[in-house]
Amino acid sequence: MLIKTIFSGFGGQGVLSMGYTLANTAMHEGKYVTYLPSYGVEVRGGTANCTVVISDEEIASPVASEPEFVVAMNQLSFVRFQSILQSGGLLLVNSSLVNTSSARGDIEIISVPTSELAEKLGQIKVANMVMLGAFIKATSIVSFDFLIDHLAEILGEGKSKLIQLNKDALETGYNFIKE
Amino acid sequence: MKRLMSGNAAVGEAAILSGCTCYFGYPITPQNELTEYMAKRMPESGGIFIQAESEIAAINMVLGASVAGARAMTSSSSPGISLKQEGISYLAADELPAVIVNMVRGGPGMGNISPAQSDYMQATRGGGHGDYKTIVLAPSSVQELADIVPVAFDLADMYRNPVIILGDGMLGQMMEPVEFEHIKKTKDYPKDYILTGAENRPSRMVRSLLFDTKEEEEHNWKLFRKFQRIENNEIRYETYLVEDAELVVIAYGIAARIAKGAIKRLRQESIKAGLLRPITLWPFPYKQIRELAKTINDFFVFEMSTGQMVEDVKLSLEGRGHISFYGRPGGVIPTPIEIARIISRHYYKSQKVRKS
Repeated sequence: MLIKTIFSGFGGQGVLSMGYTLANTAMHEGKYVTYLPSYGVEVRGGTANCTVVISDEEIASPVASEPEFVVAMNQLSFVRFQSILQSGGLLLVNSSLVNTSSARGDIEIISVPTSELAEKLGQIKVANMVMLGAFIKATSIVSFDFLIDHLAEILGEGKSKLIQLNKDALETGYNFIKE
Repeated sequence: MKRLMSGNAAVGEAAILSGCTCYFGYPITPQNELTEYMAKRMPESGGIFIQAESEIAAINMVLGASVAGARAMTSSSSPGISLKQEGISYLAADELPAVIVNMVRGGPGMGNISPAQSDYMQATRGGGHGDYKTIVLAPSSVQELADIVPVAFDLADMYRNPVIILGDGMLGQMMEPVEFEHIKKTKDYPKDYILTGAENRPSRMVRSLLFDTKEEEEHNWKLFRKFQRIENNEIRYETYLVEDAELVVIAYGIAARIAKGAIKRLRQESIKAGLLRPITLWPFPYKQIRELAKTINDFFVFEMSTGQMVEDVKLSLEGRGHISFYGRPGGVIPTPIEIARIISRHYYKSQKVRKS
Protein backbone atom coordinates (compact mmCIF):
# COMPACT_ATOMS: atom_id res chain seq x y z
CA MET A 1 0.00 0.00 0.00
CA LEU A 2 1.26 3.45 -0.95
CA ILE A 3 -1.32 6.22 -0.87
CA LYS A 4 -0.59 9.84 -1.80
CA THR A 5 -2.96 12.62 -0.84
CA ILE A 6 -2.83 16.36 -1.53
CA PHE A 7 -4.69 18.72 0.79
CA SER A 8 -5.24 22.16 -0.70
CA GLY A 9 -7.08 25.39 -0.10
CA PHE A 10 -6.64 29.04 1.02
CA GLY A 11 -4.01 29.86 3.56
CA GLY A 12 -5.98 29.99 6.82
CA GLN A 13 -8.45 27.19 6.03
CA GLY A 14 -6.46 24.74 8.12
CA VAL A 15 -5.25 22.78 5.12
CA LEU A 16 -1.81 22.07 6.55
CA SER A 17 -3.21 20.97 9.90
CA MET A 18 -5.60 18.61 8.08
CA GLY A 19 -2.61 16.94 6.42
CA TYR A 20 -0.56 17.00 9.61
CA THR A 21 -3.39 15.39 11.59
CA LEU A 22 -3.75 12.62 9.03
CA ALA A 23 0.03 12.04 8.90
CA ASN A 24 0.30 12.02 12.67
CA THR A 25 -2.58 9.52 12.95
CA ALA A 26 -0.93 7.21 10.42
CA MET A 27 2.37 7.45 12.32
CA HIS A 28 0.66 6.53 15.59
CA GLU A 29 -0.88 3.56 13.79
CA GLY A 30 2.66 2.41 12.99
CA LYS A 31 2.67 3.19 9.28
CA TYR A 32 5.43 4.80 7.24
CA VAL A 33 4.50 8.38 6.52
CA THR A 34 5.85 11.59 4.99
CA TYR A 35 4.32 15.05 5.16
CA LEU A 36 5.57 17.72 2.79
CA PRO A 37 4.17 21.25 3.12
CA SER A 38 4.32 23.53 0.12
CA TYR A 39 6.81 26.28 0.80
CA GLY A 40 6.99 28.10 -2.49
CA VAL A 41 6.50 31.81 -2.96
CA GLU A 42 3.23 31.60 -1.05
CA VAL A 43 1.25 34.73 -0.30
CA ARG A 44 -1.39 35.52 2.29
CA GLY A 45 -4.79 34.56 0.92
CA GLY A 46 -3.10 32.46 -1.74
CA THR A 47 -3.22 28.71 -1.98
CA ALA A 48 -1.65 26.44 0.60
CA ASN A 49 -1.15 22.74 0.12
CA CYS A 50 0.60 19.74 1.55
CA THR A 51 1.26 16.20 0.46
CA VAL A 52 0.85 13.20 2.75
CA VAL A 53 2.18 9.80 1.73
CA ILE A 54 1.15 6.78 3.80
CA SER A 55 2.62 3.34 3.21
CA ASP A 56 3.30 -0.10 4.67
CA GLU A 57 6.93 0.15 3.57
CA GLU A 58 9.71 2.72 3.29
CA ILE A 59 8.63 5.75 1.22
CA ALA A 60 10.93 6.70 -1.64
CA SER A 61 9.61 10.15 -2.37
CA PRO A 62 7.38 12.52 -0.40
CA VAL A 63 6.27 14.17 -3.65
CA ALA A 64 3.06 13.04 -5.34
CA SER A 65 2.99 13.63 -9.08
CA GLU A 66 -0.18 11.52 -9.47
CA PRO A 67 -2.01 11.37 -6.14
CA GLU A 68 -4.77 8.86 -5.39
CA PHE A 69 -6.71 11.45 -3.38
CA VAL A 70 -7.08 15.22 -3.46
CA VAL A 71 -8.91 17.43 -0.99
CA ALA A 72 -9.76 20.85 -2.44
CA MET A 73 -11.09 23.47 -0.03
CA ASN A 74 -11.37 26.31 -2.58
CA GLN A 75 -11.96 26.84 -6.30
CA LEU A 76 -8.35 27.62 -7.19
CA SER A 77 -7.10 24.40 -5.60
CA PHE A 78 -9.86 22.42 -7.28
CA VAL A 79 -8.76 23.69 -10.69
CA ARG A 80 -5.08 23.23 -9.96
CA PHE A 81 -5.12 19.75 -8.45
CA GLN A 82 -7.92 17.93 -10.24
CA SER A 83 -5.68 17.83 -13.31
CA ILE A 84 -2.93 15.82 -11.57
CA LEU A 85 -5.25 13.34 -9.84
CA GLN A 86 -4.87 9.73 -11.00
CA SER A 87 -7.53 8.47 -13.37
CA GLY A 88 -10.14 6.87 -11.14
CA GLY A 89 -8.88 8.95 -8.20
CA LEU A 90 -11.05 10.51 -5.54
CA LEU A 91 -11.55 14.26 -5.14
CA LEU A 92 -13.21 15.63 -2.04
CA VAL A 93 -14.35 19.21 -2.52
CA ASN A 94 -15.60 21.83 -0.14
CA SER A 95 -18.91 22.42 -1.87
CA SER A 96 -19.52 25.52 0.26
CA LEU A 97 -16.98 27.29 -1.94
CA VAL A 98 -16.26 25.10 -4.96
CA ASN A 99 -18.21 24.78 -8.17
CA THR A 100 -17.41 21.38 -9.69
CA SER A 101 -19.17 21.80 -13.05
CA SER A 102 -15.80 21.73 -14.85
CA ALA A 103 -14.71 18.44 -13.24
CA ARG A 104 -12.97 15.67 -15.19
CA GLY A 105 -15.15 12.74 -16.15
CA ASP A 106 -12.76 10.00 -15.07
CA ILE A 107 -12.58 10.81 -11.35
CA GLU A 108 -14.91 10.35 -8.42
CA ILE A 109 -16.10 13.50 -6.66
CA ILE A 110 -17.52 13.80 -3.18
CA SER A 111 -18.98 17.17 -2.22
CA VAL A 112 -18.94 18.17 1.44
CA PRO A 113 -20.56 21.47 2.47
CA THR A 114 -17.96 22.02 5.18
CA SER A 115 -18.88 25.61 6.06
CA GLU A 116 -22.55 24.77 6.65
CA LEU A 117 -21.70 21.67 8.65
CA ALA A 118 -19.12 23.55 10.72
CA GLU A 119 -21.50 26.44 11.36
CA LYS A 120 -24.00 24.02 12.86
CA LEU A 121 -21.30 23.26 15.42
CA GLY A 122 -21.04 26.99 16.04
CA GLN A 123 -17.46 27.30 14.80
CA ILE A 124 -16.56 27.79 11.14
CA LYS A 125 -12.87 27.26 11.97
CA VAL A 126 -13.36 23.50 12.28
CA ALA A 127 -14.48 23.16 8.64
CA ASN A 128 -11.12 21.47 8.01
CA MET A 129 -11.81 18.80 10.64
CA VAL A 130 -15.28 18.23 9.17
CA MET A 131 -13.57 17.59 5.85
CA LEU A 132 -10.97 15.31 7.43
CA GLY A 133 -13.73 13.22 9.03
CA ALA A 134 -15.44 12.89 5.64
CA PHE A 135 -12.09 12.09 4.00
CA ILE A 136 -11.36 9.27 6.44
CA LYS A 137 -14.83 7.77 5.99
CA ALA A 138 -14.50 7.89 2.20
CA THR A 139 -10.95 6.50 2.02
CA SER A 140 -10.52 4.32 5.16
CA ILE A 141 -6.86 5.31 4.91
CA VAL A 142 -6.54 5.36 8.72
CA SER A 143 -8.82 4.08 11.45
CA PHE A 144 -11.36 6.71 12.45
CA ASP A 145 -11.84 5.13 15.89
CA PHE A 146 -8.09 5.22 16.46
CA LEU A 147 -8.00 8.93 15.61
CA ILE A 148 -10.90 9.71 17.95
CA ASP A 149 -9.40 7.62 20.78
CA HIS A 150 -5.98 9.30 20.47
CA LEU A 151 -7.15 12.78 19.49
CA ALA A 152 -5.52 14.65 22.37
CA GLU A 153 -2.18 13.01 21.65
CA ILE A 154 -2.46 13.56 17.89
CA LEU A 155 -3.52 17.22 18.02
CA GLY A 156 -0.89 18.03 20.64
CA GLU A 157 -0.81 20.22 23.73
CA GLY A 158 -1.75 23.46 21.97
CA LYS A 159 -5.21 22.14 21.10
CA SER A 160 -6.02 20.54 24.47
CA LYS A 161 -8.98 22.88 25.12
CA LEU A 162 -10.48 22.17 21.73
CA ILE A 163 -10.60 18.36 21.81
CA GLN A 164 -14.38 18.07 22.11
CA LEU A 165 -15.01 20.60 19.33
CA ASN A 166 -12.58 18.84 17.01
CA LYS A 167 -14.10 15.47 17.89
CA ASP A 168 -17.60 16.78 17.06
CA ALA A 169 -16.32 18.23 13.78
CA LEU A 170 -14.61 14.99 12.75
CA GLU A 171 -17.74 12.99 13.59
CA THR A 172 -19.98 15.43 11.71
CA GLY A 173 -17.91 14.96 8.57
CA TYR A 174 -17.58 11.21 9.09
CA ASN A 175 -21.34 10.77 9.49
CA PHE A 176 -22.07 13.05 6.54
CA ILE A 177 -20.68 10.44 4.15
CA LYS A 178 -23.11 7.60 3.51
CA GLU A 179 -21.90 4.01 3.59
CA MET B 1 8.12 7.46 21.24
CA LYS B 2 8.13 8.66 17.67
CA ARG B 3 7.44 12.27 16.82
CA LEU B 4 6.31 13.66 13.48
CA MET B 5 8.86 16.37 12.78
CA SER B 6 10.43 18.35 9.96
CA GLY B 7 14.06 17.62 9.15
CA ASN B 8 14.98 21.12 10.26
CA ALA B 9 13.38 20.71 13.70
CA ALA B 10 14.82 17.20 14.05
CA VAL B 11 18.36 18.55 13.55
CA GLY B 12 17.69 21.10 16.28
CA GLU B 13 16.42 18.57 18.80
CA ALA B 14 19.20 16.10 17.98
CA ALA B 15 21.82 18.85 18.38
CA ILE B 16 20.56 19.75 21.84
CA LEU B 17 20.53 16.07 22.85
CA SER B 18 24.10 15.77 21.50
CA GLY B 19 25.29 18.46 23.85
CA CYS B 20 25.23 21.45 21.52
CA THR B 21 25.13 24.50 23.78
CA CYS B 22 25.60 27.29 21.26
CA TYR B 23 23.60 27.92 18.10
CA PHE B 24 24.04 30.96 15.90
CA GLY B 25 21.81 31.43 12.89
CA TYR B 26 20.54 33.80 10.27
CA PRO B 27 17.27 33.18 8.42
CA ILE B 28 17.07 31.71 4.95
CA THR B 29 14.53 29.37 3.33
CA PRO B 30 14.46 26.33 3.32
CA GLN B 31 16.18 26.00 6.71
CA ASN B 32 14.24 28.58 8.75
CA GLU B 33 12.48 26.00 10.94
CA LEU B 34 15.85 25.03 12.40
CA THR B 35 16.59 28.57 13.54
CA GLU B 36 12.99 28.85 14.77
CA TYR B 37 13.29 25.60 16.72
CA MET B 38 16.58 26.64 18.30
CA ALA B 39 15.16 30.05 19.25
CA LYS B 40 12.59 28.23 21.38
CA ARG B 41 14.48 25.17 22.62
CA MET B 42 17.99 26.52 23.24
CA PRO B 43 16.97 28.83 26.12
CA GLU B 44 14.81 26.00 27.57
CA SER B 45 17.78 23.65 27.59
CA GLY B 46 20.15 26.23 29.07
CA GLY B 47 22.01 26.84 25.83
CA ILE B 48 22.76 30.00 23.90
CA PHE B 49 20.75 31.09 20.88
CA ILE B 50 21.70 34.16 18.90
CA GLN B 51 20.15 35.34 15.68
CA ALA B 52 23.21 36.98 14.20
CA GLU B 53 23.24 40.09 12.02
CA SER B 54 24.54 38.07 9.06
CA GLU B 55 25.74 34.61 8.07
CA ILE B 56 29.33 35.81 8.37
CA ALA B 57 28.72 36.95 11.93
CA ALA B 58 27.06 33.62 12.77
CA ILE B 59 29.99 31.49 11.60
CA ASN B 60 32.44 33.70 13.48
CA MET B 61 30.32 33.35 16.62
CA VAL B 62 30.64 29.58 16.12
CA LEU B 63 34.42 30.04 15.93
CA GLY B 64 34.39 32.04 19.15
CA ALA B 65 32.24 29.51 21.00
CA SER B 66 34.34 26.62 19.73
CA VAL B 67 37.63 28.19 20.80
CA ALA B 68 36.09 28.55 24.26
CA GLY B 69 35.29 24.82 24.30
CA ALA B 70 31.54 24.73 23.46
CA ARG B 71 29.79 22.40 21.06
CA ALA B 72 28.66 24.99 18.52
CA MET B 73 26.53 24.86 15.42
CA THR B 74 25.23 27.10 12.67
CA SER B 75 22.98 26.42 9.70
CA SER B 76 21.98 28.02 6.45
CA SER B 77 21.16 27.27 2.84
CA SER B 78 23.36 27.55 -0.23
CA PRO B 79 23.89 31.34 -0.66
CA GLY B 80 24.28 31.68 3.11
CA ILE B 81 26.79 28.83 3.21
CA SER B 82 28.86 30.61 0.55
CA LEU B 83 29.05 33.59 2.92
CA LYS B 84 30.24 31.33 5.73
CA GLN B 85 33.17 29.91 3.77
CA GLU B 86 35.73 32.35 5.11
CA GLY B 87 34.84 31.32 8.65
CA ILE B 88 34.91 27.63 7.77
CA SER B 89 38.41 28.03 6.33
CA TYR B 90 39.51 29.72 9.60
CA LEU B 91 37.92 26.92 11.66
CA ALA B 92 39.82 24.33 9.62
CA ALA B 93 43.08 26.28 9.89
CA ASP B 94 42.65 26.78 13.64
CA GLU B 95 41.65 23.12 14.02
CA LEU B 96 38.43 23.95 15.76
CA PRO B 97 35.39 21.66 15.89
CA ALA B 98 32.08 22.96 14.52
CA VAL B 99 28.96 21.62 12.87
CA ILE B 100 27.54 23.47 9.88
CA VAL B 101 24.19 22.44 8.37
CA ASN B 102 23.45 23.23 4.72
CA MET B 103 19.88 22.65 3.51
CA VAL B 104 20.81 23.05 -0.14
CA ARG B 105 18.58 24.99 -2.55
CA GLY B 106 18.68 25.55 -6.29
CA GLY B 107 21.50 27.78 -7.51
CA PRO B 108 23.83 29.37 -8.53
CA GLY B 109 23.39 32.89 -7.20
CA MET B 110 20.15 33.45 -5.34
CA GLY B 111 18.68 30.53 -7.26
CA ASN B 112 15.39 29.41 -5.75
CA ILE B 113 14.15 27.74 -2.58
CA SER B 114 13.58 24.25 -3.99
CA PRO B 115 15.68 21.20 -3.07
CA ALA B 116 18.95 20.68 -4.97
CA GLN B 117 22.33 18.95 -4.67
CA SER B 118 24.41 21.59 -6.38
CA ASP B 119 26.72 22.33 -3.43
CA TYR B 120 28.52 18.97 -3.54
CA MET B 121 31.80 20.36 -4.85
CA GLN B 122 31.76 23.30 -2.46
CA ALA B 123 31.19 20.97 0.50
CA THR B 124 33.63 18.21 -0.39
CA ARG B 125 36.53 20.35 -1.61
CA GLY B 126 36.83 22.50 1.47
CA GLY B 127 34.70 25.32 0.12
CA GLY B 128 36.83 28.23 1.26
CA HIS B 129 40.43 29.14 0.51
CA GLY B 130 43.44 27.04 1.42
CA ASP B 131 44.41 23.38 1.54
CA TYR B 132 41.77 21.83 3.78
CA LYS B 133 38.81 19.48 3.88
CA THR B 134 35.57 19.37 5.78
CA ILE B 135 33.92 16.09 6.74
CA VAL B 136 30.63 15.94 4.82
CA LEU B 137 27.69 13.84 5.99
CA ALA B 138 24.69 13.32 3.68
CA PRO B 139 21.64 11.68 5.29
CA SER B 140 18.59 10.69 3.27
CA SER B 141 15.70 10.67 5.75
CA VAL B 142 14.58 12.77 8.70
CA GLN B 143 15.50 9.94 11.11
CA GLU B 144 18.97 9.63 9.60
CA LEU B 145 19.33 13.41 9.76
CA ALA B 146 18.69 13.24 13.50
CA ASP B 147 20.94 10.18 13.94
CA ILE B 148 23.83 11.83 12.15
CA VAL B 149 23.91 14.96 14.33
CA PRO B 150 25.70 13.31 17.33
CA VAL B 151 28.08 11.65 14.83
CA ALA B 152 28.83 15.07 13.35
CA PHE B 153 29.63 16.57 16.77
CA ASP B 154 31.80 13.57 17.71
CA LEU B 155 33.76 13.67 14.44
CA ALA B 156 34.24 17.42 14.84
CA ASP B 157 35.63 16.98 18.36
CA MET B 158 37.63 13.86 17.55
CA TYR B 159 39.45 15.42 14.60
CA ARG B 160 39.12 19.06 15.63
CA ASN B 161 37.67 19.95 12.25
CA PRO B 162 34.48 21.50 10.86
CA VAL B 163 31.83 18.99 9.81
CA ILE B 164 29.15 19.76 7.23
CA ILE B 165 25.73 18.12 7.30
CA LEU B 166 24.60 18.35 3.69
CA GLY B 167 20.82 18.13 3.40
CA ASP B 168 18.51 19.76 0.93
CA GLY B 169 15.30 21.79 0.93
CA MET B 170 13.17 18.68 0.91
CA LEU B 171 14.90 16.97 3.85
CA GLY B 172 14.63 20.19 5.81
CA GLN B 173 10.95 20.80 5.07
CA MET B 174 9.41 17.34 5.03
CA MET B 175 8.06 15.73 8.16
CA GLU B 176 8.65 12.10 9.04
CA PRO B 177 8.44 10.05 12.23
CA VAL B 178 11.61 10.46 14.31
CA GLU B 179 12.84 8.63 17.38
CA PHE B 180 15.20 10.54 19.71
CA GLU B 181 15.57 8.13 22.62
CA HIS B 182 18.97 6.82 21.55
CA ILE B 183 20.44 10.24 20.74
CA LYS B 184 22.78 11.56 23.40
CA LYS B 185 26.21 13.01 24.01
CA THR B 186 28.41 9.92 24.18
CA LYS B 187 31.59 11.29 25.73
CA ASP B 188 33.54 14.38 26.64
CA TYR B 189 36.55 15.05 24.49
CA PRO B 190 39.63 16.42 26.25
CA LYS B 191 40.19 19.95 24.97
CA ASP B 192 43.75 21.02 25.78
CA TYR B 193 43.69 23.78 23.21
CA ILE B 194 40.74 25.93 24.31
CA LEU B 195 41.07 29.46 25.66
CA THR B 196 39.69 29.55 29.16
CA GLY B 197 41.99 32.04 30.88
CA ALA B 198 45.59 31.10 31.57
CA GLU B 199 45.44 31.11 35.35
CA ASN B 200 47.90 28.51 36.75
CA ARG B 201 48.87 27.27 33.29
CA PRO B 202 51.02 28.49 30.40
CA SER B 203 49.15 30.68 27.92
CA ARG B 204 47.79 29.22 24.69
CA MET B 205 47.30 30.68 21.27
CA VAL B 206 44.84 29.73 18.54
CA ARG B 207 45.63 31.37 15.20
CA SER B 208 45.84 30.75 11.50
CA LEU B 209 48.33 33.50 10.65
CA LEU B 210 51.69 31.78 10.09
CA PHE B 211 54.09 34.17 8.39
CA ASP B 212 56.98 31.74 8.53
CA THR B 213 56.65 29.67 5.34
CA LYS B 214 58.35 26.69 6.97
CA GLU B 215 55.89 26.80 9.83
CA GLU B 216 52.93 27.16 7.44
CA GLU B 217 54.19 24.28 5.34
CA GLU B 218 54.47 22.06 8.39
CA HIS B 219 50.97 23.12 9.48
CA ASN B 220 49.61 22.17 6.05
CA TRP B 221 51.29 18.73 6.20
CA LYS B 222 49.96 18.24 9.70
CA LEU B 223 46.43 18.96 8.47
CA PHE B 224 47.05 16.69 5.49
CA ARG B 225 48.02 13.79 7.79
CA LYS B 226 44.85 14.36 9.77
CA PHE B 227 42.78 14.26 6.59
CA GLN B 228 44.50 10.98 5.65
CA ARG B 229 43.51 9.52 9.03
CA ILE B 230 39.92 10.60 8.39
CA GLU B 231 40.01 8.99 4.94
CA ASN B 232 41.28 5.77 6.49
CA ASN B 233 38.78 5.60 9.33
CA GLU B 234 35.58 7.46 8.66
CA ILE B 235 34.09 6.32 5.35
CA ARG B 236 30.40 5.57 5.69
CA TYR B 237 28.09 4.24 3.00
CA GLU B 238 25.11 1.98 2.49
CA THR B 239 24.48 -0.63 -0.19
CA TYR B 240 21.15 -2.01 -1.35
CA LEU B 241 20.80 -5.17 -3.47
CA VAL B 242 24.32 -4.96 -4.93
CA GLU B 243 25.13 -8.68 -4.36
CA ASP B 244 23.59 -9.90 -7.62
CA ALA B 245 23.41 -6.53 -9.38
CA GLU B 246 24.35 -6.06 -13.02
CA LEU B 247 23.98 -2.31 -12.70
CA VAL B 248 24.73 -0.14 -9.68
CA VAL B 249 23.15 3.25 -9.14
CA ILE B 250 25.25 5.69 -7.14
CA ALA B 251 23.30 8.49 -5.48
CA TYR B 252 23.27 10.29 -2.13
CA GLY B 253 20.79 12.08 0.12
CA ILE B 254 17.23 12.54 -1.12
CA ALA B 255 18.28 11.43 -4.63
CA ALA B 256 19.39 8.05 -3.24
CA ARG B 257 16.00 7.61 -1.70
CA ILE B 258 14.27 8.32 -5.02
CA ALA B 259 16.74 5.95 -6.70
CA LYS B 260 15.89 3.24 -4.16
CA GLY B 261 12.21 3.59 -5.06
CA ALA B 262 13.20 3.27 -8.73
CA ILE B 263 15.28 0.15 -8.02
CA LYS B 264 12.36 -1.52 -6.26
CA ARG B 265 10.30 -1.02 -9.42
CA LEU B 266 13.12 -2.24 -11.67
CA ARG B 267 13.53 -5.41 -9.61
CA GLN B 268 9.86 -6.19 -10.24
CA GLU B 269 10.69 -6.04 -13.94
CA SER B 270 13.63 -8.42 -13.30
CA ILE B 271 16.23 -5.73 -13.93
CA LYS B 272 19.09 -6.46 -11.56
CA ALA B 273 19.85 -2.98 -10.29
CA GLY B 274 21.45 -2.14 -6.96
CA LEU B 275 22.39 1.02 -5.07
CA LEU B 276 25.48 2.40 -3.40
CA ARG B 277 24.72 5.43 -1.28
CA PRO B 278 27.72 7.35 0.07
CA ILE B 279 26.85 8.74 3.52
CA THR B 280 30.19 10.50 3.92
CA LEU B 281 30.71 12.53 0.74
CA TRP B 282 34.13 13.39 2.05
CA PRO B 283 35.80 11.05 2.76
CA PHE B 284 34.29 9.45 -0.35
CA PRO B 285 34.00 5.63 -0.65
CA TYR B 286 36.46 5.46 -3.58
CA LYS B 287 37.78 1.99 -2.72
CA GLN B 288 34.34 0.52 -2.12
CA ILE B 289 33.13 1.65 -5.55
CA ARG B 290 36.33 0.41 -7.20
CA GLU B 291 35.77 -2.94 -5.49
CA LEU B 292 32.29 -3.19 -7.07
CA ALA B 293 33.87 -2.77 -10.53
CA LYS B 294 35.45 -6.22 -10.15
CA THR B 295 32.06 -7.81 -10.83
CA ILE B 296 29.94 -4.96 -12.18
CA ASN B 297 30.47 -3.06 -15.39
CA ASP B 298 27.53 -0.66 -15.40
CA PHE B 299 27.36 2.37 -13.11
CA PHE B 300 24.59 4.92 -13.15
CA VAL B 301 25.03 8.18 -11.25
CA PHE B 302 21.96 10.22 -10.38
CA GLU B 303 22.22 13.69 -8.84
CA MET B 304 19.99 16.73 -8.48
CA SER B 305 22.69 18.80 -10.19
CA THR B 306 24.37 18.84 -13.59
CA GLY B 307 26.97 16.36 -12.35
CA GLN B 308 29.33 16.85 -9.43
CA MET B 309 29.65 13.58 -7.49
CA VAL B 310 29.97 11.81 -10.84
CA GLU B 311 33.54 13.16 -10.90
CA ASP B 312 34.31 11.29 -7.68
CA VAL B 313 32.79 8.13 -9.16
CA LYS B 314 35.12 8.52 -12.15
CA LEU B 315 38.07 8.94 -9.77
CA SER B 316 36.94 5.80 -7.94
CA LEU B 317 36.72 3.63 -11.03
CA GLU B 318 39.98 4.87 -12.60
CA GLY B 319 38.73 4.04 -16.07
CA ARG B 320 37.10 0.72 -15.18
CA GLY B 321 33.47 0.02 -16.07
CA HIS B 322 31.03 2.27 -17.82
CA ILE B 323 29.47 5.33 -16.15
CA SER B 324 26.27 7.07 -17.20
CA PHE B 325 24.88 10.15 -15.59
CA TYR B 326 21.41 11.59 -15.13
CA GLY B 327 20.94 14.98 -13.48
CA ARG B 328 18.05 17.27 -12.62
CA PRO B 329 19.38 20.66 -11.45
CA GLY B 330 17.55 23.81 -10.44
CA GLY B 331 15.27 22.45 -7.73
CA VAL B 332 13.44 19.82 -9.79
CA ILE B 333 12.53 16.64 -7.91
CA PRO B 334 12.16 13.72 -10.29
CA THR B 335 9.85 10.84 -9.35
CA PRO B 336 10.95 7.24 -8.73
CA ILE B 337 8.94 6.27 -11.87
CA GLU B 338 10.91 8.73 -14.00
CA ILE B 339 14.25 7.46 -12.68
CA ALA B 340 13.17 3.83 -13.15
CA ARG B 341 12.29 4.55 -16.77
CA ILE B 342 15.65 6.18 -17.45
CA ILE B 343 17.65 3.43 -15.76
CA SER B 344 15.68 0.75 -17.59
CA ARG B 345 16.30 2.37 -20.99
CA HIS B 346 19.98 2.60 -20.17
CA TYR B 347 20.04 -1.03 -18.96
CA TYR B 348 18.56 -2.47 -22.14
CA LYS B 349 20.86 -0.35 -24.28
CA SER B 350 23.94 -1.66 -22.50
CA GLN B 351 22.63 -5.25 -22.64
CA LYS B 352 22.38 -4.87 -26.41
CA VAL B 353 25.92 -3.49 -26.66
CA ARG B 354 27.19 -6.42 -24.59
CA LYS B 355 25.53 -9.00 -26.85
CA SER B 356 26.72 -7.50 -30.13
